[in-house]
Amino acid sequence: MQDRGRLGIALVAPALAAVLVLFVYPLGYSLVTAFEAKGGGFTFGNFAKAFEFYSVDIGFTLVIIGLSTLLIALASIAIGGYLVLGESPRAVALLRWLYRWPLFIPFVVAAQCMRSFLAKNGLMNNTFVALGILEVDQTIGFLDWRGIVITFVWKQTPFVALLVAGAMAALDRSTIEAARNLGASRLRILFEILVPQVMPTLMVGLILSFVTMMSVLSVPLMISGESPTMMTVDMAFRINNYGDYGTANALGFISYLLTAGCAWVYLKRSIKP
Amino acid sequence: MSAWIGRALILGLLVFVVFGPLANLALWAAAEQWYFPHKLPLSYGTKFWEQVFKPRGDALASLMTSVWIALSTVATCLALAIPAGYALARLKLPWRSAILLAFLLPQAFPSVAVYINVARIFYELKLNGTMAGVILVHTVHGLVFAVWITAAAFAAVDRDLELAARNLGASGLRSFLTVSLPLAAPGIMASAIFVFLESLDEFTGTFFVGVPDVITLPLLMFTASIAGNYQIAAITALVLLVPSVLFMLFIERFLKADVLSKIGA
Repeated sequence: MQDRGRLGIALVAPALAAVLVLFVYPLGYSLVTAFEAKGGGFTFGNFAKAFEFYSVDIGFTLVIIGLSTLLIALASIAIGGYLVLGESPRAVALLRWLYRWPLFIPFVVAAQCMRSFLAKNGLMNNTFVALGILEVDQTIGFLDWRGIVITFVWKQTPFVALLVAGAMAALDRSTIEAARNLGASRLRILFEILVPQVMPTLMVGLILSFVTMMSVLSVPLMISGESPTMMTVDMAFRINNYGDYGTANALGFISYLLTAGCAWVYLKRSIKP
Repeated sequence: MSAWIGRALILGLLVFVVFGPLANLALWAAAEQWYFPHKLPLSYGTKFWEQVFKPRGDALASLMTSVWIALSTVATCLALAIPAGYALARLKLPWRSAILLAFLLPQAFPSVAVYINVARIFYELKLNGTMAGVILVHTVHGLVFAVWITAAAFAAVDRDLELAARNLGASGLRSFLTVSLPLAAPGIMASAIFVFLESLDEFTGTFFVGVPDVITLPLLMFTASIAGNYQIAAITALVLLVPSVLFMLFIERFLKADVLSKIGA
């Protein structure tokens, strides 16, 4: 038995070592560098500089990701709810086929799609003009922070909706039928019976997608590289233009804190009896 | 009747939202001339396709680089994940759930700041701008899929079959190679596809570690797009899109419910 335990550790060790050397070590390096002055020694100067130059972008990062997360949650609940409660089998089948498309589309490709679609003379505005909804001079481009939100929601909703719809489909149908027989509307069934029961799945999906959005560099770079934009763009800028690791890592530290805060809120909620 | 009008309107809008951006990409890929204020391309053609796919062109070289990096990443990931996955599924391990979580770490932190420091460390090791450096970065990123899915695939193998092989006198290694490994192969294949796609689509890590010498397809697409070269960007984007969409359509063939239910468990 002792031998089997040792064999197990020996088999896991190479993979664990890869994570330690190539992820945990650089992560520690970034935490230390965030508090290190240029010539060495401890300082908060990097954070002072990060806030002085980029406080607007830190705020916008929170607004962009917070708003995206909220919209993703609403869209996923709507999609999952319709897949479970929809009355027309044909519409349900169509929706099930339709909503998944962006799931595995790479972020760079999603960004390129949106870069052309949301532009002032992109396909979106052209369609509105052709349908007579807008005049040519009324069109506005969305290639700013709003475009980042739209791209994130477009790309991430299928992932969360897939999890939510799966969890909703696995629920006991009898409570739904009972509520329906008592005359509850579908909206009420959705928000009072389905959503509370799939809350853990919804939260896991939202947190995973929160971290993903905090990590994506290509979307903000391609949709809106100018300020106000996201912290990821600022980090790349500090490195590529100034080789300024201190400020970049201070921004990185702030992005870890934002993510940790979000995870902490989730854990606090889920531990409550 | 009115219910169908409402449904048709909402589904129509959804079709527009989901496929509109993709349609715009397809139009750019087929356009030869398209400028404001024209709503549709002025002329269509394959001029840019020929430019992208010309022998010894940038795009073809990038495609080869991307595929080569993705295949090497899959090989490295599987070499690490098959032993680890088997141990996690079958052997007694202290701190088992902590070990499983450790592989999730690279996906649980915002990665830009980590990649900056990987690039800094690799620079000193002369790994920056090399294929090996990029493969290492992609491997760590893909390891969570490889280890978790492989472990689930081994856990789904019927334990009695392994015991029967042992009873008939097969050694531990032999029963692993002739019973467990072949039975877990579909799940391992699924994890390999996941890792391959993750590597093929990876942007941020390559952006910091690969420059200026390793230019993968996503980086080429990005450069073309920023330079305003929308046809080239759209064509490269389509090339990246094909494997992803195929995988989306066929994922259930590879990942059966018995394996899916054991992921992360």
